[in-house]
Amino acid sequence: MDTALQLVALTLAAGTPLVFAALGELVTEKSGVLNLGVEGMMLVGAVTAFAVAATTQSPWLGVLAGMAAAAAVSVIFAVITLTLMANQVATGLALSLFGVGLSAFVGLDYVAIVIEGIKPLAIPGLSDIPVLGSLLFAHNPLVYLSLVLLAGVQWFLFRTRAGLVLRAVGESPSSAHAIGYPVIAIRYLAVLFGGACAGLAGAYLAVAYTPLWVEGMTAGRGWIALALVVFATWKPWRVLAGAYLFGGVTLAQFQAQALGLEIPSQFLSMLPYLATILVLAAISRDATTIRLNAPASLGKPFNAGA
Amino acid sequence: MIRLEPRPEPWRVASWLSPIAAAAVTMAIGFVVFTLLGKNPLDAFHAFFVRPVDSAYGVAELLLKASPLMLIATGLAIGYRANVWNIGAEGQLLVGAVAGGGLALAFHAADSPLLVPAMIVAGALGGMAWAAIPAFLRTRFNANEILVSLMLVYVAGYLLSWLVHGPWRDPEGFNFPQSKLFHDAALLPNLVEGTRVNAGLLVALATVAAGYVFVRRSLSGFQMRVAGLAPAAAAYAGISSKRTIWIGMLAGGACAGVAGVQEAAGPVGQLLPTLSPGYGFAAIIVAFVGRLHPVGIVFASLLLSLLYLGGESAQLNLGLPSAVTGLFQGTLLFCLLAADVFIHYRVRRVMRLPQGA
Repeated sequence: MDTALQLVALTLAAGTPLVFAALGELVTEKSGVLNLGVEGMMLVGAVTAFAVAATTQSPWLGVLAGMAAAAAVSVIFAVITLTLMANQVATGLALSLFGVGLSAFVGLDYVAIVIEGIKPLAIPGLSDIPVLGSLLFAHNPLVYLSLVLLAGVQWFLFRTRAGLVLRAVGESPSSAHAIGYPVIAIRYLAVLFGGACAGLAGAYLAVAYTPLWVEGMTAGRGWIALALVVFATWKPWRVLAGAYLFGGVTLAQFQAQALGLEIPSQFLSMLPYLATILVLAAISRDATTIRLNAPASLGKPFNAGA
Repeated sequence: MIRLEPRPEPWRVASWLSPIAAAAVTMAIGFVVFTLLGKNPLDAFHAFFVRPVDSAYGVAELLLKASPLMLIATGLAIGYRANVWNIGAEGQLLVGAVAGGGLALAFHAADSPLLVPAMIVAGALGGMAWAAIPAFLRTRFNANEILVSLMLVYVAGYLLSWLVHGPWRDPEGFNFPQSKLFHDAALLPNLVEGTRVNAGLLVALATVAAGYVFVRRSLSGFQMRVAGLAPAAAAYAGISSKRTIWIGMLAGGACAGVAGVQEAAGPVGQLLPTLSPGYGFAAIIVAFVGRLHPVGIVFASLLLSLLYLGGESAQLNLGLPSAVTGLFQGTLLFCLLAADVFIHYRVRRVMRLPQGA
């Protein structure tokens, strides 16, 4: 029983960065902007969070700094795609390559440094309840934050006027513009939000999940988050299911070792990527569902002056 | 108020000026970065962009590193013209190296002049097989080729890692994860004595030329261009979008696979997990900076190659981390995409009309 509970906790911990990153990207995409730079923004967030945490001894300050740094690099993307109307696919790729380079450069001084990370928080009293206690009340504070973020995004997108406007901008920017909404400004904000969330995802990895900095430590999670948004057919709640599914797959490696299976570790390490491919193919098969759920203007530049 | 106004016709000159402007701006940013890091910017500039190529050996190194870049970029450009976004060339490179390198290891004692050509063919087939996965999933299941091809980069990395940790590990390699060193007959012949530039450069240049002929002179190449410029017109004209995707992906995969063999059978001489310093990703930048055009790709590959050499030189001479290369690569692509706005738009000062006018 204890191992089963531990598995649940580990799955949540492994899935949480994907929840953050995918929710951020989901909001960005809902406004009609496809930002393929999630991996790069996550790395910038991770290295900044780690550097600030190592310097100030405050992991929480690191988290904030990571969010700010990732949001800052997302502005580069926003300027090039929204103001200068460049191809979003190419610019997103550039952002990912840039983030990989920038984080490797900045992070060199921080390799092999150990910091005191953000620890799981056992809520006094409640966490002592048998089974339920460790299942619900003994996670990392950032795991709870990811659930709050999920509820917040769901509420914002579908229960507020601002969320409706954001979705309108993603579906038909020219109509939104004609009614008088500032399409480009709204998209800027959506990109910034996505950047901050990716930064939070990276910060979680670097100061909570494995409190250390390793070059390229996100290991493709930014790209998996992009696939998750498609998997979730742009619905926030489904992001959670997908993220924990992948969190569980990530754990297969440790599980197989614990069970003493003689599978080379490299094959187990491939699993999350192969699972992403399989899931992506399975969900994309139904082209109609994708077309109905994807924001209609996704990836298309908008020029109010044209 | 300043506003961007669409041009009635694209400004052709700008499409050639913007890579040059982007390179200049990237260097200017480099100046600032070097200064901020407390280095004399002129010394740093010299160490980064001049010292690597101030000798014949240096120029040969420039050509050596440019060959895989121009080779892969040529293949990718064929797909990019048709909006087929293969960004997994790095993985296709590794699988190509595995296929070609596997052949070299299997015929380790052979002394045939056919071994190297056979390895190159095997590399092309390996890269194509890896690229066929996203092509199949895209055409059959509509799965996004960007994400699938990228995921397969990680899978390919683990595949190579498993091989050199396990079945293909050199028994006399002190337990390092590496294969046996290739036999002489499995190595690409050198072009110039005393340097490392090898016959791979000729293969790369021939591929660039073949790519040009394909895109500009063949019906398939024409159809690919139409599919990229006007998808609706292409569909109306009966150009199969599935065929376009297959050609685009396989061209990129074949070129990346050959580049992988050239690394393994060239400067590296064996299979290693760190076979490629990100050539598959840098080649994406080469393709864009080179405007998907063969001549442009050759020049862009030299520029990106110089960034690699500059990073190594900066590490040796300035104590700067070689990761600065990646930073410059990303900056260059950003600058290019930003400068490209002038191809389709012009800057207009617009006066606000008085209310009621």
